[in-house]
Amino acid sequence: MIRKILTYFTFPIFFVWLLVISYNSSKRKPDSVMELFTDLSWLYDWPKWLDIPLMKWINDGFKVFNEKYGIYFEVINDFLLGAILSLKKFLIVLPWPVVIGLVVAVVFFSSGRKIGTTVFVGFCTFFIGFLHPKFWDKAIETTSIMIIGIIICIIIGIPLGIAMSRNNKVRNAILPVLELMQTIPSFCYLIPGIMLFGLGAVPAIIATVIYAVPPLVRLTDLGITLVDTEVIEAAEAFGASPKQKLLGVQLPLALPNIMQGINQCTMMALAMVVIASMIGTRGLGDEVLLGLQQLNVGKATEAGLAIVLLAIVLDRITQAYGKRIQDRNKPPE
Amino acid sequence: MSKIEIRNIYKIFGPQPNQVLSMVQNGADKEQVLEETGHTVGLDNVSLSIEEGEIFVCMGLSGSGKSTLIRHINRLIDPTAGQVLVNDVDVLSLDDKEILEFRKKTMSMVFQRFGLFPHKTIIENVAYGLEIQEVPEDKRKEIAQGQIDAVGLQGFENQYPAQLSGGMQQRVGLARALATDPQILLMDEAFSALDPLIRSEMQSQLVDLQSKLKKTIVFITHDLDESLKLGDHIGILNGGRLVQVGRPEDIILNPADDYVKAFVKDVNRSKVLRAKTVMTKIDKFDTSGINPSSTYKYDEDTFIEDLIPRVLKNRSTIEVINKAGTTTGYISSEELSEALTQTN
Repeated sequence: MIRKILTYFTFPIFFVWLLVISYNSSKRKPDSVMELFTDLSWLYDWPKWLDIPLMKWINDGFKVFNEKYGIYFEVINDFLLGAILSLKKFLIVLPWPVVIGLVVAVVFFSSGRKIGTTVFVGFCTFFIGFLHPKFWDKAIETTSIMIIGIIICIIIGIPLGIAMSRNNKVRNAILPVLELMQTIPSFCYLIPGIMLFGLGAVPAIIATVIYAVPPLVRLTDLGITLVDTEVIEAAEAFGASPKQKLLGVQLPLALPNIMQGINQCTMMALAMVVIASMIGTRGLGDEVLLGLQQLNVGKATEAGLAIVLLAIVLDRITQAYGKRIQDRNKPPE
Repeated sequence: MSKIEIRNIYKIFGPQPNQVLSMVQNGADKEQVLEETGHTVGLDNVSLSIEEGEIFVCMGLSGSGKSTLIRHINRLIDPTAGQVLVNDVDVLSLDDKEILEFRKKTMSMVFQRFGLFPHKTIIENVAYGLEIQEVPEDKRKEIAQGQIDAVGLQGFENQYPAQLSGGMQQRVGLARALATDPQILLMDEAFSALDPLIRSEMQSQLVDLQSKLKKTIVFITHDLDESLKLGDHIGILNGGRLVQVGRPEDIILNPADDYVKAFVKDVNRSKVLRAKTVMTKIDKFDTSGINPSSTYKYDEDTFIEDLIPRVLKNRSTIEVINKAGTTTGYISSEELSEALTQTN
């Protein structure tokens, strides 16, 4: 009851307050408020004073934020940059046949020893370098950024998904944020990323996480929610604690969906890495951009193909593992 | 004192169950409550006592509240009002930790669609209750293996549930429930998803197991024949209300209302009624007409199905004896025909 009254009152008051603020802060308003009632011309074209000063607020806020907390971002920046660089160094130092061997081994075991998939992925990996020798190191750079990005996505996304599946209030609070993260154009957060972290790989990672984490959160939530209620009841009936239930039953059974989420996450991260080349992130996206700038169709296509190959490799690795678990969990016919 | 005591349980599903409670307590029925408040009455003033070592069958059609009722016993569902006592302990007074201990120690459950863990092998499934109790791995494997042998699934230990047929899966469910050696076994439509032949086989297996184990079993079903076959006592639920509780014979011979009557109408009485229920007591029977050469002795617990051929074939009389061997009464064709034609 009280809540209802509050809703009825707060929203109109808030709205009027916004109107007053926008009017007062506007530079191009009539000399006196009375003019609004005598001169009705403002009803034809959208008046200049009817404008929330959101831009000013955000810019001011961001400035203060940056001055006050910039130091923490530097710490994050150093940490992430260090992680990317060491991963990249490790992969670049390895001879390329060893890297291909590693990829082949990972695919072989994650797909449940499927020879066909393994050979296919092995060739895809080979062709990345085969397209252009320069692409090999670039692909490794891109992959390093993505791997770090995906690890952050997993660290953030899976616990969030679990929290959502357990509590409807949490779900209702997180869902709109996820929608915002998915719909807001990526350049809108690339720019503040640059201002906080500078040009390069770190803002790319932040952007990647913002862009790629929603499907993982959603699919984790979905996967846990979809676990058969009778199976959950069975665990409860035997006296399983919430933790035992989560780790022993819900997460393992949600794993195919979670793997699907990680797969989606990977694909979106790859898309983002290409866009992030516009803020100076090095990697395969860089080559596409260069091709476009020089109107070199062949170069852009080559780089584009390399990205597709990289996507196929990553997709196969994540898909294969998810599919294998799914096959085992399939209900009887 | 009974093993399980359910006292005046009400369960109302909906956003504000407590506000609707008084309306239900004042006698409003399920349809009325749904229409006026949008709440669903799950259980309406149900009281029951279940004795140690018996099979209590709770019967009703879907939506009658039987699955809701059984979940109150291990508190998978909390009642809107009422009390549940198990071993004289009020289940509702237990806190979160105590309830987990209580579930671990006293009871386990068997489900209609088996509720097996698809990601665990058969032996891991059977050992699950023990895993939760943190029994060491080799010990629980050993116990689980024993249970698997007991239900006849040797050789399937390392398969996954999806690889087994329905009947086999439910055996795993039963083995899993028995592995923790619970005092109480809750069976929620445990055999309803099985085809008739396997169902009847499983029923017999349960009766066999029970004769050895003497657990307290609460069995839910919508099948009257099944409840008559298994139940020591039967409770019949309709629209959340308990309409009749009694032994199978009581239900057949004295149905409490039209709902129960409609249920028992097509029952094969000869499979339910026992000699002692239909016999004429020894002091009231005119023994002068008996031909001693065609008298047969039968135990008082024999179903009359077994007596019918005897009596029909050579007009003989059945002498009913009790466990001690003394004669308690007689059955002739007259008693039989009366028992089989009785309509209430």
